[in-house]
Amino acid sequence: MFKQDLDPSALTDCRKTILSSEKRLSHRSSIVREAEMKKLTGAQIVWESLVREGVKFIFGFPGGAVINLYDELMNYPQIKHILVRHEQGAIHAADGYARSTGKTGVCLVTSGPGATNVVTGVTTAFMDSIPIVILTGQVATNQIGNDAFQEADIIGITRTCSKHNYLVKNTTDLAGTIREAFQIASTGRPGPVLVDLPKDVITGESPFNYPAKVQLRGYTTVTNGHPGQVKLAIREILKAKRPVIYAGGGIINSGGHKELAELAEIARIPVTLTLLGLGGFPANHPLFLGMLGMHGTYAANMAITNCDLLIAIGSRFDDRVTGKVEAFAPSARIIHIDIDPSSISKNLTVDVPIVGDAKNVLSRMIERLKEHGDFWKATRGPWLKEVGRFAEEHPVHYELSDDVIKPQFVIEQIHQLTKGQAIIATEVGQNQMWTAQFYQFTQPRTLLSSGGLGTMGYGLPAAIGAQLAFPDRIVFDIAGEGSFQMNVQELATAVQYQLPVKVAILNNQSLGMVRQWQELFFDKRYSETSLASQPDFAKLAEAYGAAGLRADHPEEVVPCLEKALSIQGPVVIDFHVDPEEKVFPMVPAGHGIDQMILAKPRKRIRKVVPLTFPS
Amino acid sequence: MKNTISILVENKPGVLARIAAMFSARAYNIDSLAVAETMDPTVSRITCTAVGDKLEIEQIMKQLRKLIDVIRVINFTTANGDFITREMALIKVNAQAKNRVEIMRTSDIFRAKIVDVSHESLTVEVTGDENKMNAILELLKPFGILEIARTGQVAISRGSKRLIDRQQVPIKKPGRAKKPQQNKH
Repeated sequence: MFKQDLDPSALTDCRKTILSSEKRLSHRSSIVREAEMKKLTGAQIVWESLVREGVKFIFGFPGGAVINLYDELMNYPQIKHILVRHEQGAIHAADGYARSTGKTGVCLVTSGPGATNVVTGVTTAFMDSIPIVILTGQVATNQIGNDAFQEADIIGITRTCSKHNYLVKNTTDLAGTIREAFQIASTGRPGPVLVDLPKDVITGESPFNYPAKVQLRGYTTVTNGHPGQVKLAIREILKAKRPVIYAGGGIINSGGHKELAELAEIARIPVTLTLLGLGGFPANHPLFLGMLGMHGTYAANMAITNCDLLIAIGSRFDDRVTGKVEAFAPSARIIHIDIDPSSISKNLTVDVPIVGDAKNVLSRMIERLKEHGDFWKATRGPWLKEVGRFAEEHPVHYELSDDVIKPQFVIEQIHQLTKGQAIIATEVGQNQMWTAQFYQFTQPRTLLSSGGLGTMGYGLPAAIGAQLAFPDRIVFDIAGEGSFQMNVQELATAVQYQLPVKVAILNNQSLGMVRQWQELFFDKRYSETSLASQPDFAKLAEAYGAAGLRADHPEEVVPCLEKALSIQGPVVIDFHVDPEEKVFPMVPAGHGIDQMILAKPRKRIRKVVPLTFPS
Repeated sequence: MKNTISILVENKPGVLARIAAMFSARAYNIDSLAVAETMDPTVSRITCTAVGDKLEIEQIMKQLRKLIDVIRVINFTTANGDFITREMALIKVNAQAKNRVEIMRTSDIFRAKIVDVSHESLTVEVTGDENKMNAILELLKPFGILEIARTGQVAISRGSKRLIDRQQVPIKKPGRAKKPQQNKH
């Protein structure tokens, strides 16, 4: 046996086969290399790069500066382009796609007006930390600065409202820049990255070599929390008698929702979420307090006010959350976990800062806390009882009516009919706050809403983006008639691609949230908030080729929703709701969050937050 | 308080605009600014002075670090260790015959140079820290200052430490060496 193994001829045979297979392999890789080194046009490089980034959908609108890119696109059937009807629709759709999937959204627009039309969307994504790569056309490099046709200094315009932006000046830099853009957009605290593509860069040629990873010496992200700081945090948690967790969008972005639930359970800490955090902790969980802040629940706001330890996770103490900063968690020690160091101690000073990815830091904290067993038993009882009492005293509620549709009722019915499994996009204003209060989100990435910037017109395109990513799921846009009209043209996009998005308009014939402020704080002087002059939305939907429904009476709500769900394509349902209905609780601007205006307790109320704390 | 901040940035077009835009978008003030290439042509060094309370300056530092093109930032005013600052100014002084000697003597005291002369004026070149600049200006004022061109502050740390090197490790005090071990558990 040994001899045979050592037989030189056998060895040579063996080597020969290895060599030949190696040769074949190297031959094949040389073909690849050849193809990669073969000169490609800038347009080809853009699409090749996007293919390598795994991009399946791109939302865009063509124009002169990007016409070469669109021409080349016809050779890339693996990338599906969604033609929107306004560039703002493109970026919001990419945003909705990114929020619902966690992947980087991509949009492509032309120079000048195409580029300026996406600025609102760039800022929206920047404020909410959403990964998007925006490709904008630009006039040729030799024309930049000459006030050429459809020229806009989009790099200058978006400098402070994007995570980063690039003007590509040479076709040779194109592939590397696109790689950098995707890397920056999707890592650390995610955000929009804009890449400006002058026409001559797109038409020029260069060898194509796509780098796997780029090293950026000015860009480092800390993902693991400092062990010393984690230890300090654990010490605070062990000491605390009245702790509260306040989590935001960072929980969704990091995918740390399971860890959040585990931490809350093993340490028996009640949880409140920001608007962007909703879905990061199940709304039907006994430890859930509801949303906090300006329109937060009584339980959440009172728990924050009375807590002795606040654990902020992936949230940035936004003014809509804190109200008057001095009155926010006034007697609490604060632990703040965030991936962005500049979020820490920005609005108020924290005691234990932990820079890191929420998921990583939480799993470390869980490991440590497990060593302490049922430490909470000794102290937690009275606090949970107190918080439970808050929830019972003033649950989020509204008065049911037999005559007029209550907007909250519509949202509850949507929740019931979709079994809480739908993806919900919202517009901005009362519709958004009612959705946050009355749709019980149990899974992450099911609420798509513009929180930081509060962009009206966000919901419909975002719903379109999400529906593309999840063709089998029910996607609703809960809208107001004001916001809906800001990007109503995207109905044409939904119809063109047969995306069965359901738009539920809570039509109160006014800009409801502003009207609510005018009623409460401006002596009912309703300055320019009436939208009584409006189209017939059902007919409008039909004109676009979608289905249109209308409901005026509470009894019609459920049949209307059922019918909408049975229709294959996009549907607009115009619910004419009670125009006097307001969002409560409400913290007036400049007040502490315990200074809520509450809805008056009424006879026929619906409890929404079921709080039965485990003892 | 005035803070002297040094920033190493990628030497790319638009980087200065990025930094200036961050300051203006977040309503921070830059008092002075000086920019030039370093020994490494891919890196530029920006020195700026900014006024603000502790929290504000901390935010400025964090926001600067957050910029992708910023490689390293140091606030000399709050960092450990001593540092040197210098400014340069060209001061055009009204110089009638009777004042000429006096102006030149004042310049000598400040080790400033006369770099241009005309029948009615002398131009003085002076370098030094902020206090020295203010002092010479104060002394030249009575003669009548016609025009002044002054640079922003530049700053560098004393000793062999360089800004481009990795984060400077604070010097360990004796007896504190045990602490990191405790953190392991």
